[in-house]
Amino acid sequence: MMETSKSELEDSGRAQIDSEGGGDRVLRVDDIRKWYPLKRGFFETLVSRTPLNVKAVDGVSFDLKKGEIFALAGESGSGKTTLGKLVLRLVAPSSGSIFFQGRDITKLSDKQMKPLRRLMQIVFQDPFESLNPRMIIKEIVAEPLRVQRMTKSEAELEERVKDILTKVELVPPEEFLFRFPHELSGGQRQRVAVARAFVLNPVFVVADEPVSMLDVSIRAEIINLMMDLVKKSSASILFISHDIALAKHIADRVAVLYLGKIMEIGSSTDVVDNPLHPYTQALISAVPVPDPESKRTKDVISGEIPSPVDPPSGCRFHTRCPYAHERCVNEEPAVIEVEKDHFTACHLYT
Amino acid sequence: MPVLEVQELTTHYRILRGWVRATDNVSFKVEQGEALGIAGESGSGKTTVALSLLKILPAGGVIRKGKIIFNGQDLVPLSENQMREVRWKGISIVFQGAMNAFNPVIKVGDQIAEAIKVHEAGVTNSEVRERIAKLLETVGIEPSRADNYPHEFSGGMRQRALIAMALAANPTMLIGDEPGTALDVIVQAQTLKLLRDLKERLGLSMIMISHDLSIIAETCEKVAIMYAGKIVEYGDAVAIFKNPQHPYTQGLIKAFPSIKGEKVRLSSIPGQPPDLLHPPSACRFHPRCPYVMDICKKEEPLLEEHEKGHNVACHLY
Repeated sequence: MMETSKSELEDSGRAQIDSEGGGDRVLRVDDIRKWYPLKRGFFETLVSRTPLNVKAVDGVSFDLKKGEIFALAGESGSGKTTLGKLVLRLVAPSSGSIFFQGRDITKLSDKQMKPLRRLMQIVFQDPFESLNPRMIIKEIVAEPLRVQRMTKSEAELEERVKDILTKVELVPPEEFLFRFPHELSGGQRQRVAVARAFVLNPVFVVADEPVSMLDVSIRAEIINLMMDLVKKSSASILFISHDIALAKHIADRVAVLYLGKIMEIGSSTDVVDNPLHPYTQALISAVPVPDPESKRTKDVISGEIPSPVDPPSGCRFHTRCPYAHERCVNEEPAVIEVEKDHFTACHLYT
Repeated sequence: MPVLEVQELTTHYRILRGWVRATDNVSFKVEQGEALGIAGESGSGKTTVALSLLKILPAGGVIRKGKIIFNGQDLVPLSENQMREVRWKGISIVFQGAMNAFNPVIKVGDQIAEAIKVHEAGVTNSEVRERIAKLLETVGIEPSRADNYPHEFSGGMRQRALIAMALAANPTMLIGDEPGTALDVIVQAQTLKLLRDLKERLGLSMIMISHDLSIIAETCEKVAIMYAGKIVEYGDAVAIFKNPQHPYTQGLIKAFPSIKGEKVRLSSIPGQPPDLLHPPSACRFHPRCPYVMDICKKEEPLLEEHEKGHNVACHLY
């Protein structure tokens, strides 16, 4: 039974990729896994020999088109950050493959990766920790250019830095070049982080919760800035967020992750306005609504996300699912296309 | 008579370069069984208000003016010993950061027991144990888990245990400082539901402090919007969310992505919150306000009634 469901899963994954046409695909991830082995004490290893792994990402397939904003939504512990690091090859996958611009990069060495790194960049969550406090803004933004030897002269380098600072609206750039990160506000720091990611004109950027540390009133500025840069440079963004409401507004497509697996994937409006998977439904109904008259969340699913060391059998959500039945415990649901370009992994639809 | 009435509360922090004006002339009321939400960005002074109510300000924090009338008694002139009677029994607080609020080397039950023993002289150990079991049950935790250490609890359970601890001495008022933030959405929704249930069941008065307007909309009947240490809009939650009057409130509501409705480009409030050491003159929002007029720079707008139960401090009205 497991065998068939697994091959079905792969087939449907491929069908989805094929249906979207080849050439403009920036990234394709195929059945990727990342298991972190658990360190155990000496005596424990004597008692039991079965190795324990934290299954952070456990068989995920998706693809990313040129100029597309693709959001990964999920609770903490769902594996979204690990997935972001995997596709940049910042961590090595345990199995599966990653194709970047049609080329298999799963097994490339660090040296072989280096020329590709100028095409892929990341914006981290916390602008207070991701910028070196001892470097001035000019050096922070210039570092990728130096590492990749992109400029011939110091003057050209400064020109590029000023140019990108203008694009992220840190104007006039001369005023920011020689400042240190602690002299900037949170929003300005995150602009520097965005500038550093876009200074090499990447084709693919991972944004790992880029606004969750910022105040609400300035969040939108950073989001809009990133969206404009994406439009201008037709780069693709993998946007990692725990906030599915935000994902709806900025992403073209959304994938909902739970315990290292994709539960639902589709266009952002389809997934949020018409969620198919019970987990997505629970997630959306749990989002607080800024309207005191709206029906208050009466039914909240109970429990919390289980441990990724020993995830539940069958469908991983069955321990919390209001519709769980016997089949969910025994058999892992395959990812199937329920509506056009709207996929889910749930036995309710098979 | 309201349970709590705060009049012109002004709390400043003394630093080497002068006074940081964290809250200035803040006034509000909380009735019996009512929940007030205090919303604002970081640095708006909302946590300072909460800490002032219990007089647990960090070093340098001074209440320079104002009255905090709780059950008919002004708390501002009270001594530290007298305040101990108010804390926990009268007003208790659930701090933000559920993950770090417990002592990691003491069992959860023992930490709750400490709160009970300190506030009630002469309770027997068996009584305390009974009370703990009841408290944990109230917040939906298996009573046998009292013998666990905090690390054996999940994030949601720690948040619940923290609420149980705040309820240990049967307070009349509960302050929640960013309850549920740093938790996942589903666990956050569970926590908010619990707080709503407790308020109904125990007739608690609550003050909810959050930067997230939607959390306040979910739990409170009244809202105070704070900006740079001042309340800019105050009143009935429905009126404020349906018909926000202050340009800051309008901007804040628009900046929130709503899960319902059409996909839109998010809007933001240009600029950044001011430095409270040297706050802008008159209306503190004027450097960021889209409707700024000359009078906004010269004269401070007062919090005035715009319609019944809806006050706003803005020269537009």
